[in-house]
Amino acid sequence: MTKKVKDEILHDHNKDGVDRRGFLKCMAWAGTGALCVMQGGVLKSYSLSRLSDLGASAAAAGELSFVRISDSHMGFNKPANPDVAGTLKAAVDKINGLSAAPEFLLHTGDISHLSKPEEFDTVDQILKATGKDVFFVPGEHDVLNDDGAQFRERYGKAAKGSGWYSFEKKGVHFIGLVNVMNLKAGGLGTLGHEQLEWMEDDVKHLKSSTPIVVFAHIPLWSVYPEWGWGTDDSAQALAYLKKFGSVTVLNGHIHQTMQKVEGNVTFHTAASTAFPQPQPGKADSPGPMKVPAEQLRSILGITDVSYVRGQHALAVVDSSLA
Amino acid sequence: MRRRVWILVLAAAVVAAMALLVSGSRSFTVSAGQAQASSAEVKIDNFSFGPAAVTVAVGTTVTWTNRDDIPHTVVSDEKVFKSKVLDTDEKFSFTFTKPGTYGYFCSVHPKMTGKVVVQ
Repeated sequence: MTKKVKDEILHDHNKDGVDRRGFLKCMAWAGTGALCVMQGGVLKSYSLSRLSDLGASAAAAGELSFVRISDSHMGFNKPANPDVAGTLKAAVDKINGLSAAPEFLLHTGDISHLSKPEEFDTVDQILKATGKDVFFVPGEHDVLNDDGAQFRERYGKAAKGSGWYSFEKKGVHFIGLVNVMNLKAGGLGTLGHEQLEWMEDDVKHLKSSTPIVVFAHIPLWSVYPEWGWGTDDSAQALAYLKKFGSVTVLNGHIHQTMQKVEGNVTFHTAASTAFPQPQPGKADSPGPMKVPAEQLRSILGITDVSYVRGQHALAVVDSSLA
Repeated sequence: MRRRVWILVLAAAVVAAMALLVSGSRSFTVSAGQAQASSAEVKIDNFSFGPAAVTVAVGTTVTWTNRDDIPHTVVSDEKVFKSKVLDTDEKFSFTFTKPGTYGYFCSVHPKMTGKVVVQ
């Protein structure tokens, strides 16, 4: 399994759209999110830093567009990025600069670095400048010390269990899952029995033509289990989605962009708005990468994983902007 | 009325702080009285506990220090001990008073595991 994943990840196209104007410019790249556009029931995602190449056409073409950001780690202040508030603001500036306003924002977790109230406050304050609703799922950094009580109080009052929920937008069914609670020694992310049962029930009555978007913090596919980059019981969750023609799974956690298609399911991971992490297995540990400004371009280069099993990929996952 | 409440809260805080001090100094006295090495260190570096296994005598206080840029925790598999989240350079100590093998992990990154063998 590991070997196969490694093979998939070797396609580094380096189409990162970052010029050499130094560290700040590069950190602005790290601080971007992705514009997600639902077109004909298929979700495409575009890095916000490359939208200027794209023009207004992409956002305007779809029936629904939203912006996804992830891993803002507010409170992190180490050399890998001493100004995570600044890079989050840079992402917000890009969102506000979109020619076609997104419907809402999704945040795929690790809002805070240490679950401190002031860290959540800062993120809320910065995101308020978008004027959009933000839908959150927690990362492991958001549920430290209190089993997620604060997270639920702030973002999940209407949610079930430890913070899972679903909602509809323009015919698309969105499912926010929590896989960072009750982690077991030696294990990966966990959804748990109660959440899986809820999810089975949640999608049971939907038509198979309904586009589904699932979002959770830790990847719901095995990116690199050695570093905990996977979810132990994700296969069960995906099994409930087999009947649907278009399923998109959005995850954060790994601070880099990867995409993969498997049958009817398209998987996307997101860059962090805070700091990059190494490619799977390319470092001793998944800790933050501290890189000289002149190397940042190559290290932050988008690594696209387009792995297609079988012959029936439904979605174009890597939209070239060239 | 409000003022009296505040005084009560303050008094409770003082009592709690004293209790902490007393319990802290007690464990110090016990470990200082041991003939063998009474303390052991485990460093957290690169998402791993080092050494991953330590063997200590009964009464030893083990101190974990997080040297990563990322916060970690130290949580016993059997819920014998559980640290708060440790940011960079923060420490957690636990004094082992009974023999046995104590497996533990980081509840934030559960792939990180270690054990303390107490003899």
